[in-house]
Amino acid sequence: MEMLSKKATCKSHGQDSSYFLGWQEYEKNPFNEDRNPLGIIQMGLAENQLSFDLLESWLARNPDATMFGSNGGSIFKELALFQDYHGLQTFKTELVEFMAEIRRNKVRFDPQKLVLTAGATSANETLMFCLAEPGEAFLIPTPYYPGFDRDLKWRTGVKIVPIHCSSLNGFRITKAALDEAYDEALKLNLRVKGVFITNPSNPLGTTMNQDEFNHVISFAVSKNIHIVSDEIYAGTVFDSSKFTSIIEAIMDRNLEKTDIWSRIHVVSSLSKDLGLPGFRIGMIYSNNETLIAAATKMSSFGLVSSQTQYLLSKLLGDKKFTRHYIQENQRRLKKRQQVLVSGLQSYGIPCLKSNAGLFCWVDMRNLLSSNAFEAEMELWKKILYEVGLNISPGSSCHCTEPGWFRVCFANMSQETLNLSIHRLQAFVTSNGDGNYQNQKLSTRISRRNSLVVS
Amino acid sequence: MGVEFEQQPSVELSKVAVSDTHGEDSPYFAGWKAYDEDPYDESRNPSGVIQMGLAENQVSFDLLEEYLEKHSEAASFGNKISSFRENALFQDYHGLQSFRKAMASFMEQIRGGRAKFDPDRVVITAGATAANELVTFILANPGDALLVPTPYYPGFDRDLRWRTGVNIVPVHCDSSNNFQITIQALEAAYADAVSKNIKVRGVLITNPSNPLGATIQRSVLEDILDFVISKNIHLVSDEIYSGSAFFSGEFVSIAEVLEARNYQDSERVHIVYSLSKDLGLPGFRVGTIYSYNDKVVTTARRMSSFTLISSQTQQLLASMLSDKDFTEKYIRINRERLKNRYHMIIDGLRNRGIECLEGNAGLFCWMNLSPLLKERKKESELALWKSILYEVKLNISPGSSCHCSEPGWFRVCFANMTERTLEIALQRIHDFMEIKKENDVQQQ
Repeated sequence: MEMLSKKATCKSHGQDSSYFLGWQEYEKNPFNEDRNPLGIIQMGLAENQLSFDLLESWLARNPDATMFGSNGGSIFKELALFQDYHGLQTFKTELVEFMAEIRRNKVRFDPQKLVLTAGATSANETLMFCLAEPGEAFLIPTPYYPGFDRDLKWRTGVKIVPIHCSSLNGFRITKAALDEAYDEALKLNLRVKGVFITNPSNPLGTTMNQDEFNHVISFAVSKNIHIVSDEIYAGTVFDSSKFTSIIEAIMDRNLEKTDIWSRIHVVSSLSKDLGLPGFRIGMIYSNNETLIAAATKMSSFGLVSSQTQYLLSKLLGDKKFTRHYIQENQRRLKKRQQVLVSGLQSYGIPCLKSNAGLFCWVDMRNLLSSNAFEAEMELWKKILYEVGLNISPGSSCHCTEPGWFRVCFANMSQETLNLSIHRLQAFVTSNGDGNYQNQKLSTRISRRNSLVVS
Repeated sequence: MGVEFEQQPSVELSKVAVSDTHGEDSPYFAGWKAYDEDPYDESRNPSGVIQMGLAENQVSFDLLEEYLEKHSEAASFGNKISSFRENALFQDYHGLQSFRKAMASFMEQIRGGRAKFDPDRVVITAGATAANELVTFILANPGDALLVPTPYYPGFDRDLRWRTGVNIVPVHCDSSNNFQITIQALEAAYADAVSKNIKVRGVLITNPSNPLGATIQRSVLEDILDFVISKNIHLVSDEIYSGSAFFSGEFVSIAEVLEARNYQDSERVHIVYSLSKDLGLPGFRVGTIYSYNDKVVTTARRMSSFTLISSQTQQLLASMLSDKDFTEKYIRINRERLKNRYHMIIDGLRNRGIECLEGNAGLFCWMNLSPLLKERKKESELALWKSILYEVKLNISPGSSCHCSEPGWFRVCFANMTERTLEIALQRIHDFMEIKKENDVQQQ
């Protein structure tokens, strides 16, 4: 008899994808400025390393936040025993205020409607467990974060049906794409339970616009399904005024008193905004009481360490600090993105116009030897092994068009970023005349013009 | 498993979300609620409910606090500027190597060096709750079963079954032989599953046992291991109370049995551990799966993405647990204190005419109140439980919530309170027994 479960032996963990393979190659030969200057530069990891100095100086000024309180009445014991899945009240209160601040206070959150989880990875999986039966489906716009294949499907048995987005309109979600995805699900005999959006988008780095909100919301209303909005990159928007949370979008359309209100669920985390992925701080926010009750109980399987909740309650409780952090962090991210975009553009590689995220969605179609995914893989491998850059091929994000790559810019020093741009430049200049580039040159130039950052 | 509910057009949640398999409607949790509504406090609420249903270890915090005071850098990211950054970024599901090494060595120390643990086989999870669920996802498909000896920890109903869809088939143990697991009981449970067309994937034991508060004897472990080998199934050994055995030598880990057999057949054995009981740190969510099976280790690691330990906490524990002088002292003193608490409650109960199962580990005792039952039935047990909860104001756990097949047994925790509170609890029991005696006399 097969000794392990089907879940253990299947490939749904997704770790055979190029997204993870590139990571493995990087680990075998990691770039280090002094010790391994010819190593692979990791550009496949969406981490935010730009603002640690701000956090470090806060810690230096507030040692008690980590030391469990040195003046009598030790908080250590209280924290050590605190395993209540409702979470530390003080932490949740500060957290919802921080989330509101990021959203320009256009939305207020109720800490009672918040469930804490060990990272957004856990939050997303928990939501699937709560919203769908094994075999049911969620519609997700492509391209999407490769980790979703594992997080949403692996242990839950839930299926993903892609909503195909195309470069022709900047990968925006259209009504036609939504309908097509729904029909596809029907054809596959899958019951659709909801739409899963990531806003700001990973890997696109764009925020959802009003048209997209209109399409997604009317779609969810008419089909009577859920909307899950993964907003973990909300704090990475370069200009806050350009980010609209799904909750704000619903309120703007005066739908709070309708059915859809209890079918909106937001996921967030401190891994991207504050750059603390190691601390495993994720959350689910919903107005659906039944969902919150179920998700709270489920969070037993992935609670946030009380030690960490305490530290963050202190950090986020310092409003002066958080306000400054949010602004400064956004400023630095914007600057970094400019460096990468202009660097690439200067030798003919355009990026999708983006206003958020820790990465750019780069158009390398003119470097392909043919308009095929095999050519994309070929290019990816060259860039990985010859150029020494681990970037994420669009196919690993389920993009329907070959030639797009996600390139991260916030997980390294300025010097390393400059070096990686330089390496790519050298590669392009020596390889830049792949067959495909000479074909349909004019079409691609005009397409490119609509996508290039001005 | 699921509760029947009406299918609304689409706003409904999944069956898993609305089922009651989370088990929170059981008396185990109901007693907890009663306590929350009227909690005992020495000064502010001296007549409140005393919580004796929570298996927490509060007897050794001073040792931890002393360590933290002497080693403040353990909690504050050390002295290097870069270490906060490195730590905050560390989300590798392998876990901090220093932490895994420290855990492996701590587990060795608890077993008196009688078993070796390889840090590369340590998989990190946010608590044993997550570890048990995760191991179940890996070893069994929905509809399959794990055999679990009764009485068992009420939380298993949720942890092993809720989201996994796996069944628990009880291995019935009774007081005729001090609730020890027998081959007959294992065979009977296996046959029961087969008759229901349920595939058995493994046996899950808790050693030391919760709620019995006793270690499993070596010969029994050998029998269990032989049993799983003969059926070609897995063995999960939840050893979260291993550091709470009063005498180091009396706890035998399945790891020791394997070592003695030269690790033959070890690929079917998996150990769950946590720091929640031994170190009294349930809030920090520190659990591990230790498996002798490479495929299980790899898969468990990937799955642990859903339940990683905060790197901040890993860092703290890595420092603490790699300090061998500290851990040696802690383990020794903690055992001693638990042993004393145990004797205090056992003697105290015996003086009031109440006997307990002879225990040698854990944070609780297994108390026999069957002589007080009107009838040898679950309903009588629950009636007695209610009167103890609402009249005597003690929240203790009825054996039925632990799936005990014999009515009248109760799990009573003794390590989650001060000695003074324990004395008060014993006093209340004394008064309760006096009243009972009077009533019995009157009825004659």
